[in-house]
Amino acid sequence: MSGPDTFHTIVTTVENKPGVLARVSGLFARRGFNIESLAVAPTDDERFSRITFTVDVESAPLEQVVKQLNKLINVVEIRELPPDGCVSRELMLVTVAADAQHRRELMELIDDWRAYVLAENTERMMLSFSARTARLDEFEECLRPFGIVELQRTGRVALPALD
Amino acid sequence: MSSKQQMCGGEALVKSLECAGVEVMFGLPGGAILPVYDPIIDSSIRHILVRHEQGAGHMAEGYAHATGRPGVVMVTSGPAATNVVTPLCDAFLDSVPVVCITGQVPYAAIGTDAFQECDTTGITMAVTKHNFLVTEAQDIPRTIRAAFHIATTGRPGPVLVDIPKDIVDPVNPRSAMTWYEATDADMDLPGYNPVTRGDPELVRAAAEMISEAQRPVLYVGGGVLKSRAAEALLELAELVRIPVVTTLMARGAFPDSHELCLGMPGMHGNFTAVTAMQRSDLLISLGARFDDRVTGRLDGFAPDAKIIHVDIDPAELGKVRRVDVGIQGDCRLVIEDLAAAVRERGGRAAQADRRAWRSTISGWQEKFPLVYEQSEVGEKLKPQYVLEELRDNNPADTIVTSGVGQHQMYASQYWCFDHPYTWINSGGLGTMGFSIPAAIGAKVGKPDRRVWAVDGDGCFQMTAQELVTASVEDVPIKVALMNNSYLGMVRQWQEMFYDERFSEVYLSEQTPDYVKWSEAMGCVGIRVESPEEVAPAITKANEINDRPVVVEFRTDPRENVFPMVPAGKSNSELVVDPSQQGLQR
Repeated sequence: MSGPDTFHTIVTTVENKPGVLARVSGLFARRGFNIESLAVAPTDDERFSRITFTVDVESAPLEQVVKQLNKLINVVEIRELPPDGCVSRELMLVTVAADAQHRRELMELIDDWRAYVLAENTERMMLSFSARTARLDEFEECLRPFGIVELQRTGRVALPALD
Repeated sequence: MSSKQQMCGGEALVKSLECAGVEVMFGLPGGAILPVYDPIIDSSIRHILVRHEQGAGHMAEGYAHATGRPGVVMVTSGPAATNVVTPLCDAFLDSVPVVCITGQVPYAAIGTDAFQECDTTGITMAVTKHNFLVTEAQDIPRTIRAAFHIATTGRPGPVLVDIPKDIVDPVNPRSAMTWYEATDADMDLPGYNPVTRGDPELVRAAAEMISEAQRPVLYVGGGVLKSRAAEALLELAELVRIPVVTTLMARGAFPDSHELCLGMPGMHGNFTAVTAMQRSDLLISLGARFDDRVTGRLDGFAPDAKIIHVDIDPAELGKVRRVDVGIQGDCRLVIEDLAAAVRERGGRAAQADRRAWRSTISGWQEKFPLVYEQSEVGEKLKPQYVLEELRDNNPADTIVTSGVGQHQMYASQYWCFDHPYTWINSGGLGTMGFSIPAAIGAKVGKPDRRVWAVDGDGCFQMTAQELVTASVEDVPIKVALMNNSYLGMVRQWQEMFYDERFSEVYLSEQTPDYVKWSEAMGCVGIRVESPEEVAPAITKANEINDRPVVVEFRTDPRENVFPMVPAGKSNSELVVDPSQQGLQR
C-alpha cells in the first residue's frame, strides 16, 4: 500500500466546543470529499482543539474547501501542509496471533521495526507502532501472515518541517 | 434597577433583543418557546403574528433588505424550526442579516425524540452563517449579542439561536440567571475577524488597470447594497465614466436612469448589459459572485476580460473565475479607496480614451431595447405592459418585492430602479412565494413607503395566507398578481427546450377565484382583464391604505421572457426577442 504520498494534510485550530467537528467535516461531506484520516485533540491551550485531516483531492477544489473552512466561526486557524513540507506520524495498536511456534519470529520483527509490546498472553500479543503512514502500511503487511486479530490506527498528525 | 438583577432566562432573552435594538420581530408561538412569549407582552418590541413560520422568515428578510437592520424571527421547536429552513437558506444565499430564535425541548430531553423535537442546529448548519445551541441561561445575553454581531458584520447572513425550554421557563430552576448587558468583550469569537479595509497596494494596482482599460464594465452585485455603497459607487462611476451593470441582487444600487447604467446582465439580462460584459477587457466586480445565472457557460464568459474582484468574503475571490486583482474588503470602503487612488493617478484626465466603447454601447442600446408586442383587442394582457403601467403610476421610491419566475424577470427588466433598497427579491435560492411575506416585512420596516409585491399565480398560492397577517396586523401592502394560470417560467423552458411538451405546468384559470380569496383574507380584490383597466386599477389600489389590495391581472401565458441565454450556453449565444433576431450578427 505504500507509494508516493499525495495526500494533503490540513491542520485546523478550532474552538474546543460541541458540534465543531460536525461543522468542519460537513464542509468536506457536502462536496463529496472522503476524509482519509482524522485526528482530534485539545491543544496546549484547552480552549482550542487541533483537527488534522488528510484528504486525497485535487488542489483546486481543496483550495475552495480551505476557504470555506476559514469562514466557519469556530475555526481559528488553518494550515495546509504539503507532503514534503511536514513531519507526520500515526499510531497503530494491533493485536496479533503469537503462538509458541511463531513467537520468536514475531519478536524479531518487533525488534527490527522498533514496535513495542504493550501486553501479551500465550496466544496473542498487543503491539504499538508509531511512524509515518506509509511505514504503518508496510508493518501491517509484515504482520498479516501471523494473523491480525484486531487493529486500530489513529489517523495522522503533522507539524511543519524544520528549516 | 440593579445591574446584578436576578432574572429568568426568558426575560433575559427578550431584554437582550431589546438591547440589540430590535423594534419588531416576526413569529409564531408554540410549546417549547412558550416561556419566552410571556415576557413579550411587556416588551417594547412589536411582534407580528404570522400564519406560517416560512412567512416569518421571509418577512424578516424583507424587513432587513428594506431597512438595513437585521430581521428577527421567533418560532418554536420541531416543525416550526423546519418551516424556517427555507427562509434561512434564502437569507444565506442572498447574504441577508437575519437572527432566528427557535425553541427547543428541555436540555435533558434533547436526543430522546421528545415531542416536537428536531436537531435544529444540525439541520440548519448548512443554511446559516452560524448557529448556537444555548445550554445555560447565564449564556443568553452574550449569545444574543454574538448572534447579532455575526449576522450583521462581514458578509451578512442568517444566524440561528436554539433555546432549550428549561433555561427560559421560570418554573425550572435552570432558568435562573443574573442579568448583565453583554458587550463585545463577552462574545468570545476568536475565529471571527472580518477584514473590511482593502490592501492599499492592490487598490493601487486596480486603479492602474481601470485607468488603462479600453472596454471596462463595473459589474455591481448585492454586496454594494449590503455595504451601503450606492453613493460611493455613483461617485466612482462618474469619476471614471465606466458603464455599470447591476445584477438581480443589485438593482437600484446604481440609478437605472443614469446614462452610464446598462441595467441587468445575465440569463434574462438586456442585450447591452450582457454583451458589454462579454466584450469587455476589464470587469470590475464589486460585491458580486459570478453566479451561473450571470456568467452563462463559464468557459465562454467575457473571454477577453481581466478581472478585478472586490468582496468582503475572501472565499468568493477566484471561486468561479480566476482574478487578476482580488481585493478582500467592504465594498464601500474599497470603492472609496479606489476613487481616491484614481484621483491620485490624475483622475478622469488620466483615463484611457473610451469614446469608441461608449459609442459601441449606445449603438447596442438603440438597436436592442427591451421590446414586446402589445396585445390585440380581446387578447390577454401582456405582463410587460402591466409592469410598465405599475412603474409609471407609482413614485420612484416605491419598494417592489417579487416572487420567482417570469414575473420576477419582467419586474427587474421593466421597473426603473433609481433608488437603492427599492427592489427585494429571492435571487440565489429562487424561493417561490417570497414576495408577499417580504413585502409585509418591508412595509413594517418602512411604513411610510408604498410597497408593491409583484407575484405570479404559482407563487401566490404558496404564501398567500400571509395576507391574513397583513390584514390583521394592519400592514397595507399591494399585490400585483400576474395570473397567467401557468408555472410560467417552467412553461417557457418546456416550450423552448422540450418541444412544447407541457408537463404539469398548467394550474387553472378560474380556480381559485383570487378576488374572492383576497376578500376572504381581509383585502380588497380587483380583477383586470383589458389594457384600459390596468392604470385605473393601479390608481384605485394606490388610493386604498386601510387594508391590503390584490390586483389580479389576467396575463398572456404564451408570453416568454427575452432576452434569454439558454442554460448551458455562452452569453454570446443570447437569444433576443423574436422581432429583433434579424438584427443580430
